[in-house]
Amino acid sequence: MSRLLLTGNYAAAYAVRDAEPDVVSAYPITPQTPIIEKIAEFIESGELSAKFVRVESEHSAMAALIGAASVGARTYTATSSQGLFYMYEVVWWASGARLPIVMGVVTRALGPPWSIWTEHSDFYALRDSGWNMFFASSAQEVYDFTLISYRVAEDSRVLLPTLVGWDAFEVSHTYEPVALADMDKLRSFLPPKGSWKPLLEASEPGSLGNLAYPDEYIKVRLEMRRASERAKNAVEEALRLYSSVTGRSYWFFDCILCEDADTVFVVQGSVFGEALRAVEELRSRGEKVGLVKLWVYRPFPFGELGRALEGAKRVVVLARASVFGSLSPLGADVASALKLRETQAKLFDVVLGVGGVDVKAEDILGVYRKVLDDGERSFWWVR
Amino acid sequence: MAHRVFPREEYLLKGHAACPGCGATLLLRHVLKALGPDTYLVIPACCTSVIAGPHPRSAFKVPVLHIAFAASAAAASGMVEALDRLGKPGNVVVWAGDGGTVDIGLQALSGAAERGHNIIYICYDNEAYMNTGIQKSGSTPYKAWTTTTPLGNPGFKKDLPSIMAAHRIPYVATINPAYPNDILYKLRKASGIKGGLKYIHAFSPCPPGWRYDPSLTVKIARLAVETGIWVLYEVEDGRFSLTGPSRSLIKKENRKPVSEYLRVQGRFSHLTQEDVDEIQRLVDEQWERIEELISEEKK
Ligand SMILES: Cc1ncc(C[n+]2csc(CCOP(=O)(O)OP(=O)(O)O)c2C)c(N)n1
Ligand code: SF4
Repeated sequence: MSRLLLTGNYAAAYAVRDAEPDVVSAYPITPQTPIIEKIAEFIESGELSAKFVRVESEHSAMAALIGAASVGARTYTATSSQGLFYMYEVVWWASGARLPIVMGVVTRALGPPWSIWTEHSDFYALRDSGWNMFFASSAQEVYDFTLISYRVAEDSRVLLPTLVGWDAFEVSHTYEPVALADMDKLRSFLPPKGSWKPLLEASEPGSLGNLAYPDEYIKVRLEMRRASERAKNAVEEALRLYSSVTGRSYWFFDCILCEDADTVFVVQGSVFGEALRAVEELRSRGEKVGLVKLWVYRPFPFGELGRALEGAKRVVVLARASVFGSLSPLGADVASALKLRETQAKLFDVVLGVGGVDVKAEDILGVYRKVLDDGERSFWWVR
Repeated sequence: MAHRVFPREEYLLKGHAACPGCGATLLLRHVLKALGPDTYLVIPACCTSVIAGPHPRSAFKVPVLHIAFAASAAAASGMVEALDRLGKPGNVVVWAGDGGTVDIGLQALSGAAERGHNIIYICYDNEAYMNTGIQKSGSTPYKAWTTTTPLGNPGFKKDLPSIMAAHRIPYVATINPAYPNDILYKLRKASGIKGGLKYIHAFSPCPPGWRYDPSLTVKIARLAVETGIWVLYEVEDGRFSLTGPSRSLIKKENRKPVSEYLRVQGRFSHLTQEDVDEIQRLVDEQWERIEELISEEKK
């Protein structure tokens, strides 16, 4: 098993190389660009034998993959923010057509004003699209979850597109040692090429996406919903198998110091590092705090998370998204998980790190003080 | 020219949902006969996405990817690359309306042309957004009535074939449902050319949109050619040539007056004599340019 010093973006490119897709298409946008440049290099050097379609927009990037996947190709693209929104229409087309496309989303704030720094609002905008959604908090996780995405997406019980999100710059451009998978073992983990039947074949003319009357439309949507429910098992199995292949174990989320915790923070992405620092600091002072790092966002692990948070008095969601007039998407999902298990925990929904604002352990200690001192406000923003 | 026998095989099946007299359907029937069974159709939002009939059935005996309005050429790009990579044979054909081609889909079409993707892109031009109820598109002719130009379109029809030819693609051609042999010939030629995108612009009369009796479709299609409003031509590797009956129309006296074409359609019924004269002048001017182009090429 080799180790390389890689940025989050290069880790994604290496995972794509190792997954051996047939067609990659992409359009540049900061901070995603190095991924597609690296993949282009792999293809030019012959390290990856795939077709690279240099499209003229993100809308076309996803459309090209829809065309490619509909005839049976394994595919990849990546984008961010404005690019994802420009692609938005066809993102739904991919999931509705049940095409196992894999995508990286390097999370970036949305304009105006222009911002190239991280925020998860672009990622959350896809939460109802039918895509399976992972979030990685380090380059290693980007590599691992990109590979895991292929297994989940192409699982015959699922056949839904799958994406991995990670933070702009804090993960996309930061170098870390990344352990690559052993290629022989990886081949046993990834589904064999051609393991799913392409929807369009000249020998068996069928059609994909034509007009559906209400009764047929809802059938298609219900089937998607069932697939998304089955995806939970598929994800769990894929994660278990991945750990037996690589030795790195993952689950829907990681729960650190949760057992006896009165207060549990829930985070997604690179905030994890400083949150862990804060939790360790609080533990050293004898405070009973724990930390959840969420990896699997869709399908959302309501039952598992609700169970893990059952003993907590306070659950503090730290979400990196501009939200107006409601809870953060992550906060709302965690609130549902708590309510569905009828837990007693009080929820605090805190928005922080919007548009790349640095989040320090001290900020999280401040949130903790506020939660303890003045429990009456359940949601607020931290600058 | 050798007599060309039309294939008997039908790929557009009975039970499709087109209006009676739909020019697009006539065209598509002949296009699919010309291309045969190894044809993948990519169809954006347009009348044809409805003509195909409702999910899970389809009136087309070839595989069809229905795709978002702006995305057809890009989806075809990905499909071509994937078939190539997977070692599967097949023609990849985009079949799109004028709105989906000259307006919202133009960016993707231009991209696919510039990348040299081996696609046959056919725009059936019914000169408005018909599926949503006859609104003006970038291909609506000067003065034509539509629901968004109730007094007649003040603008001019975008010349997309010329724009496509400027992309240096190997083949650009126009077709018309009144001339099925010409369709067969041009489509077969296009499918034989492998390096790059082939762009075909098709004249596509539409009875409800143009306000005429469905029995007149072929007559109107022929009049469009005979009056010189619609020109049958090819641009092969940049070389322009008139084809079929359009060849003899370079002589003005061979062209019928445009009023014969305009008069039979309700969408032009509000035209004054000055409007008709103006349209005649524009058509004559267009033919002068064609004449220049041809003599330029002869030099
Ligand atoms: C992004 C988007 N905008 C608008 C529409 C609505 N729409 C569906 S078909 C259509 C008109 C298509 O016109 P054209 O391409 O000329 O084909 P025609 O219907 O005339 O055959 C429109 C506007 C859509 N499907 N998608
Ligand atoms: S509206 Fe026009 S183009 Fe559409 S199906 Fe009817 S005749 Fe054909």
